[in-house]
This record gives sequence, C-alpha cells and structure tokens, in this order.
Amino acid sequence: MIAQLTLNERTSALGLLILVALTGALMAVIGGDDPFAAHGVIIILFCAVIAAFVISGFDAPEPRIDRQDSYYDDPTKVGIGLSMAWAVFGMFMGVWVAAQLAWPDLAFDGAWSSFGRIRPTHTTGVIFGFGGNALIATSFHVVQRTSRVRLAGQISPWFVLLGYNLFCLLAVTGYFMGVTQSKEYAEPEWYADLWLVVVWVTYFVVFLRTLARRREPHIYVANWYFMAFIVVVAILHIVNNLAVPISFTQSKSYTIWPGVQDAMVQWWYGHNAVAFFLTAGFLGMLYYYLPKRAERPIFSYRLSILSFWGITFFYMWAGSHHLHYTALPHWVQNLGMTFSVMLLVPSWASAGNALLTLNGAWDKVRDDATLRFMMAAVVFYGLSTFEGSFMAIRPVNSLSHYTDWTVGHVHAGALGWVALITFGSLYTLVPALWKRPQMYSPALVEAHFWLAIAGTLIYVFAMWNSGIIQGLMWRTYTEEGSLAYSFVDTLVAMYPYYIARTVGGALFLLGAIIGSYNIWMTAKRPFMPAATDDVPQALSPAHARVPAE
Amino acid sequence: MIVDHDTVVHFAKSWGLFYLIGFFAVVCVYTFWPSNRQRFRDAKSKILERDDKPCR
Repeated sequence: MIAQLTLNERTSALGLLILVALTGALMAVIGGDDPFAAHGVIIILFCAVIAAFVISGFDAPEPRIDRQDSYYDDPTKVGIGLSMAWAVFGMFMGVWVAAQLAWPDLAFDGAWSSFGRIRPTHTTGVIFGFGGNALIATSFHVVQRTSRVRLAGQISPWFVLLGYNLFCLLAVTGYFMGVTQSKEYAEPEWYADLWLVVVWVTYFVVFLRTLARRREPHIYVANWYFMAFIVVVAILHIVNNLAVPISFTQSKSYTIWPGVQDAMVQWWYGHNAVAFFLTAGFLGMLYYYLPKRAERPIFSYRLSILSFWGITFFYMWAGSHHLHYTALPHWVQNLGMTFSVMLLVPSWASAGNALLTLNGAWDKVRDDATLRFMMAAVVFYGLSTFEGSFMAIRPVNSLSHYTDWTVGHVHAGALGWVALITFGSLYTLVPALWKRPQMYSPALVEAHFWLAIAGTLIYVFAMWNSGIIQGLMWRTYTEEGSLAYSFVDTLVAMYPYYIARTVGGALFLLGAIIGSYNIWMTAKRPFMPAATDDVPQALSPAHARVPAE
Repeated sequence: MIVDHDTVVHFAKSWGLFYLIGFFAVVCVYTFWPSNRQRFRDAKSKILERDDKPCR
C-alpha cells in the first residue's frame, strides 16, 4: 500500500501525522485531569500506529508505472476492513445494551458500562463506524468506475478514511469516559466535531475533484446520492454542533441554541442524518451495485432522477415530526407531518425502481444470496419508509412516540435496509476488488443472509409488540379516570420482548461475524486467475489513449 | 419592518411554497427534456461495461 506512494508523498504523510500527533500532545499537556487529556494520548497513539505502518514501507521502491492508468482501490480495501470491524464492535455493544434492559446486572456496577454510556457506543459504532466506513469505501469505488478516472489525490483519500476513523474512535472512547453533548447521534464534543469538519471538507473536495476529471459526459445518478450525502451531512453537522466550550482545556461545551430552537435544530439534524447518512448514501450503493450484480440496467433512469430530487427536497422539512405535542409551534409540527407523508412518493419510487430492475431476473435472486441481500434491503426500505410516514402522522405518533415501536422502526430501517444493502454491496465489491472469481464461501454468504433476515424479523416483531403494548398501557384509564397501569407494570409486560430482541440482535451479530470472516478469507486466499474479465487487457480502440494527455 | 414569528410563517407559507413548486417544474423539465433521453439511456447501460482500468 505504501508502495503506491512516491517518496515525497510518504514524507508528507509522515509530516501530517506528526502535526496531528503534536496537536494530541498539546491536548494531553493542557488537559490536566480532564478526559480532554486522555483524548490527546489516544490521538498520539493513533498517529503512532499509522506512522509505524508508513515507516515500515518507507524504503519500498517507488511506483514506476503511471498511476493514472489504474484505479486507486487501497483506501477502499482498508475501508471495507474497518467497516466490518466496526460492525462487529457496534453490533456486539448493541446486543450487550439490549441484554442490559432484560438483565440490568449485566452493567457489572461499572460507570463506563452503564446503559447511558454504552448505548451511544452502539449507535455510533454501527451508524458512523460501520455505515460511515462502508459509505466512504463504496463512494470511492463507485465514483472512479462511473467517472472512469482515478481518484483525485494520493494522500487525501487516506486522510479522509483514517481521519474519519479517528473521529469515531474519539467519539466512542469519550462515551466510556462520560464525554457527551447529550444530543442524539451528535454526542461527540467540540474538538472531535471540529476535526470532523476538516475531514469532511477534504472528503467533499476529493469527491468533487474526481468528478471534475471524469471521462463520461454524464454524472451517474449514484454519485448524485453520494454527493447529497456529503454536502448535507456537512451542513447538518456544522449547524447542530455550534457550541461554546467552557474552556479550551476541557471537553465540556454548551450549545448556542436555546430552548425549543435547540430541540428543533437537533431533530432537523437527527432526521436528516437518517435521510442523508442512512438513506441517500446507501441509495447511491443501491443504484450502482444492484444493476451491476443483476447485470441489468436500472429500470428507469428518469425515475431515479425524479426520486433523487424528491428525497433531497422533502426530507429537509420532515424533522419536526419528532417533536409532536411539544412546545414547537403547531404549524411547524404540521409541516413536518405533511412532508413526511409526501416522502412516501420518492421513497417508493426508488424501491419500485429497484424491484422492477430485478423483474425478469428473479431466478438470479433465488440462486444468488448477494442479490437477495439487496432485494430484501429494498423490501425493508419500502416497508420502513411507509411505516415512517405513518408514524409521523400526529395521532399515530401519540401512540408510538417514546415507545419501543420507534426502536422497532429504526431497526427495520437500520438492520433491514442499511445493513442488508451494505452486505449485498460488499459481497459484490469484495471479489471484484481483490480480483477473485467469487467470495471465499458462497455457502457462508447464504448463512449470513438467513441469520440477518431471522435476526431482523425477530427484532422488529418483538419491538412492534412491545411498543404497541407499552403505548396502549400508558393511555389506559380506569373508570375513575386515573392511569390503569404503573410504569413498572409496563416494564414487566415488556420483559419477554426484551429477551427476544437480544436474541434477534445476537443472530444479526453472528451473521456479521461470519461475513467478516468470509471477506477476510476472500482477500487472503491465493489468487486464482479463473475470471478472464478481471485481468487487465490492451485498451480497446474506444478507450485509446489521447495523445494530448 | 420587524421580523417576528408571523413574518417567518408568512414567508414559509408563500415563497416557500412557490419555491418548491418552481423546483418541481424545473426537475420535471430536465428529466423529460427530449435531448436528454440518449444521455440517460447511455448512462444507465454504461455502468455495466467492463471497468478494470480508468479511461484516458
């Protein structure tokens, strides 16, 4: 990997690492007893590990061939590995935190292992660790293939990938130490947030420069979705995390948003994190890897454009449905509710487009677990977007809000849609990237598929039952007009469902572990030149070199 | 002029609406513009071609 870099680039990589490590050293010194100092030490260690890797390859011969003649896939390969590692960590924390709800003793009386601290390690681990790394890895792959040009920059893609993982590491280690802004999905404190801004702007520049160099007249729609993901997440992240630290030597900060504005900004962020982090980027994967795997073009390209703009412009307004029956003005609640219902149109347009692409290739869906992953993801996408629109309607929300129904809905989307489309895309991408005819074991892909489906269904049905029972118990009155059930009564009623949820999550985790093993073995297995398609051949006349280049 | 809650509501309910309708019209025109037909057709089939090295 280091051999792909010139000597100058290796030197500047080391320079960059020293610069970041020095910042960490400064934090460690001025931070005193605050977790701020501990984070400084973590930054130094992170840089040291990468620097050791760069130094170990420092004397390797420089690349002699023109690098513009090949795609830059090293960051994607490492990104896939990191993504799967975060998946196993994040899902394990999820199973643990779910088990704590059924058996509270599993916190072992530690402060770091209490529910409130390990729950965000689960959400950050799976959303940002697993999902984010998969998005960075696949977006780098897709933008090169659809633009037919090498990624712009040699070090900047590494900076994006590794810098992003440093952010995730600071976030998760911070939670264990009690560092949090207490904003859902935006827990990391001010210094980690500032770091992410730098990383994210670099990501934007790398993506834009690659597109600017493209050899295709039209930018393929998958890139539009990745672009929307990058741009909107930058805006959301900056606006929601505007905060004033209590001191530049401490981790604690306070948001600049007061009262109900804070709630609105937070859920504008929170819902658009679902929209642009967990939907737009993964639709980008869908629009590239599904046609690739099915070997059929997308059913309607025009429909994909219409649904792109629909999703982009409707989602922005939907966040206020998280704040029904609050101090938020009624008309803002109505706005969020209306846009959430309208969102069903572009969401089902994407889902329908994907299913109609598969229409005529159902035999492939039956035989190929990878394609089945993507088909099931689309079905869950359609179901959970319908459910989401439904739950955003105020009277429905009065039953579902604050109950496990919301948790069930989120996991129908996160497990059923986001994780399944990611696994389908990775099983398509991994053999192509490592130039293997197929995955190490198709049987393990099949096993992973059924574990994932079983886990998702058990989880979602448990939470539907639990949530609706809970919601109904909360609103049941006696003839005298007092509440019929105490809060503890509802907990007792939910107990079996909490156990079922833990089992469902454990099955899903098992599938992810099997998937990681399969991907690892595919990458490590000795090369077998079976597929002639993957061997570089002489340029065809259409792709002939332009003399002026 | 004092910018208060009602001003923002008025803006959202008038110009906010026009902007979305206008945007909808622009997107539809772009999507169904006849000369874009071939471009979109190429785009959807071209990703299925072999892609093991960049085009120069």
